[in-house]
Amino acid sequence: MTTTTTSQIAEASRRGEDVRSDCWVEITLADSGGIDLALTTKVESMYGESTRQLVRDELAALGVTHARVEIEDAGALPFVITARVEAAVRRLGFDVGDGYLVECGPGTDYATQRDRFRRSRLYLPGNEPKFAINAGVHQPDGIILDLEDSVAPPQKDEARLIVRNALRTIDFKGAERMVRINQGDRGLEDLDFIVPHNVHLLLIPKVESAEQVRVVDARTREILHERRINTRVYLMPIVESALGALRAFEIASATDRVVALTIGLEDYTADIGTARTKEAWESFWARSQVVNAARAAGVQPIDSVFSDVADTEGLRRNVLESKSLGFDGMGCIHPRQIAVIHEAFAPADEELAKARRIVEAFEEAQRRGLGVVSLGSKMIDPPVVKRAQRVVRLAEAMGMPRS
Amino acid sequence: MSTKVLDMGIELLENAAGRLVPAEVNGKPATPFQGVRKYKPTGNKTAPPVRSCADYPADGNKVVTGLKTALVNAGLRDGMTISTHHHFRNGDMVGNAIFDAAAAMGVKDLMWFPSASFPCNAPIVDHLDNGVVHHIEGSMNGSLGDYCSRGKMRGMGVLRSHGGRWQAVQDGEVHIDVAVIAAPTADPFGNANGVTGPSACGLLGFALVDSIYADHVIVVTDNLVDFPCLPWQIQGNNVDQVVAMDSIGDPSKIVSGTTQLTKSPDRLLIAEMAAKFVRDAGIMRDGFSFQAGAGGTALGFAIFLREMMKKAGVKARFIRGGSTKYLVEMLEEGLTDYILDGQTFDLDGVRSMRDNPGHQDTSPFTSYNFHGKGCFASMLDATVLGATEVDVDFNANVVTHSDGRLLHGIGGWQNCLAGKCVILPIPSVRDRIPVIVDRVTTLCGPGELVDVVVTERGIAINPWRTDLLEAAKGSDLPIRPIQDIKAEVEALCGGPPAAPKLGEKIVAAVKWVDGTVIDCVRQTGG
Repeated sequence: MTTTTTSQIAEASRRGEDVRSDCWVEITLADSGGIDLALTTKVESMYGESTRQLVRDELAALGVTHARVEIEDAGALPFVITARVEAAVRRLGFDVGDGYLVECGPGTDYATQRDRFRRSRLYLPGNEPKFAINAGVHQPDGIILDLEDSVAPPQKDEARLIVRNALRTIDFKGAERMVRINQGDRGLEDLDFIVPHNVHLLLIPKVESAEQVRVVDARTREILHERRINTRVYLMPIVESALGALRAFEIASATDRVVALTIGLEDYTADIGTARTKEAWESFWARSQVVNAARAAGVQPIDSVFSDVADTEGLRRNVLESKSLGFDGMGCIHPRQIAVIHEAFAPADEELAKARRIVEAFEEAQRRGLGVVSLGSKMIDPPVVKRAQRVVRLAEAMGMPRS
Repeated sequence: MSTKVLDMGIELLENAAGRLVPAEVNGKPATPFQGVRKYKPTGNKTAPPVRSCADYPADGNKVVTGLKTALVNAGLRDGMTISTHHHFRNGDMVGNAIFDAAAAMGVKDLMWFPSASFPCNAPIVDHLDNGVVHHIEGSMNGSLGDYCSRGKMRGMGVLRSHGGRWQAVQDGEVHIDVAVIAAPTADPFGNANGVTGPSACGLLGFALVDSIYADHVIVVTDNLVDFPCLPWQIQGNNVDQVVAMDSIGDPSKIVSGTTQLTKSPDRLLIAEMAAKFVRDAGIMRDGFSFQAGAGGTALGFAIFLREMMKKAGVKARFIRGGSTKYLVEMLEEGLTDYILDGQTFDLDGVRSMRDNPGHQDTSPFTSYNFHGKGCFASMLDATVLGATEVDVDFNANVVTHSDGRLLHGIGGWQNCLAGKCVILPIPSVRDRIPVIVDRVTTLCGPGELVDVVVTERGIAINPWRTDLLEAAKGSDLPIRPIQDIKAEVEALCGGPPAAPKLGEKIVAAVKWVDGTVIDCVRQTGG
């Protein structure tokens, strides 16, 4: 690999007592002497030697031949260590191509579907690997590795590597594998690090026009084509402004890749000149607009997050209201919110019983070759059948009893 | 059965668990572990010397001035054994004061026999260095554990369970010369309790055996009341002297205002899965019993189980604590008839023990002692315990970390393994340290007594427990072979961990509940 050294010393991540499952790396280039590696690690007796070998292999692969390398490790997993080392090497100006790709782990290769349930999606800060390791066991419908608001600008480059390696390493246990990219050009650069690594869905922040979605779509298609990857990558634009809300329909129908439309209420309320309240009247119109735009475009309407992690009852009320407005899901910022969201989105007993009667009537009509579905004396329209089917599928997915 | 190997001059024997253990501990012969419920000693219990009322003040006033005076009166001399209890946890001020006084007296080579030590006891390291303390038989945490691990202690550490400590004293394995019992309230006769006073800690059950069997018993209090001090958890008839001090503990570190539930979503998930298991396996039913401590996950378990009990309309007969506000609320809500309490962790626990007849204080004799006519640990329907490591045969370690360092005591852990369903809710990985291993570094609990391992990645049921496997069949919990969970974690961590590099020197012996040696702890580097 070619070396264009622009600086002689670079570090990645941070050091300190509070660091967990992560490591700090500093590389000082030298003219000779090979690799002088100083590793201190909390897991010395268990993984000290294998970690040194890993780092040496990586440095050799990335073209670093003479350097002093200092690592303070607080129990980082191998995918984190290699991401931090690579970040420091990149910061030294090395052209490392695709970088040091860890082998894909078990449980990282499953696919997603356009119309899968998206009741809950758990946001995780992209530069904090410790949250990602066990995210799947909490069983959200989706896990978002965030590169945008939760990552400070100076860490954007290393967060990409953590997210890339997490996608290649962590089994998210069936959750849809999502990444929220940055806005604008930085977001397009993110795609190179994300799209080739079995991401299922990209969240695009602060969308105010269909064009923004099309640009991401085009670049995504290009990368998939270049790499000869056949899997589908879907998009979920986030409306976070008055303009975005007004253009919700054209955003939701911008491209085929869009499967859901969501709203970010912190930024939206700021944009319309007010503050977010628990009652949420200030965003009633925008949320309704998102629901209508999404439904009109044939995609899923997904609500924002509920920020007060300690207020379970408030969350439950919020979800029930979201559901009554027509949303199919919402975001969460803490794993303990997931079960509450799933429970609240579960069909109510009466709703489920009615849906089952409608589905049975529909199947009966199909069997008898009837064009019209009727239940008792009432005629049932196709959209009602579709909704009932969805309710029954949801109940089955949640393991609700048939009684 | 036993093979003999020479190791640094100490004869080693292979015990029934396949571990090499010393044939001799601190100069006394030791019996290797023979298997669960196998070793049955004969003979009589030990007894303290006969005393006469003629030698004690008829007015009942045994108060002397100062701890040092009391130790001088007790005849403290080189090589003796001093015992203390740990009901004051990290707020204890008496343990260190005893050895400061002993140092001032010029006494050397003492054996400290605490029911447990805490980080606040770190200054004892100085007394180990200056020769006042020869060695410690009792749990060693923090800097004491580190000192012992590095092979700096002159004698061998001996780790016993709470029940094993009672057993060792009553069987005459450990002779206590002087017991010093810190008591939140006491009268001049020596009656004492833990339910009142500025240093209230709830009960004094860990000190009961010391009060009965020690040659000489000193009660130390910062709340001296007129006779009679009621309830008399410690009976003055066993007490030689009473010392009043300004302060014996830091109340804020003895009990917390309120025990806090863990905020870790992973630990909460594990606790919830453990509670669901108890529900789904049919263990949660009217009249059942369970044990749960105040550790983050155990506390979470009790809280989740409480909600499930309420929903199902189920009531327990008794709960074994470690009591906390949450257990007290269950008692007050009528979700259990009784709390049988081994130690109180917060102020609600102390209040309830003082005021509620359904909240019973216990001692290791009633709850844990294996050399008695039964103990109630074996009657518990569900028992929730921690562990630093568990292996594919369900053997568990609770005293050392995977790198071999001695960091925890056994507490009531080994005794609780007697429960009908023993559940270890533990994370499968701690900062790249896999918790499920091929072979535990230190064996503390035989796998045949560990029934269920609950991790965030799945629940493993001991294959021996076909009844539990059957009972849990209808549950939607992720029940998996323990090897599967181990493999998944190792894939994440970069392969199985290398075995720790341990020295030859044996720094501590781990006793089983019957006094036999189940394993030993080796020196770790530097």
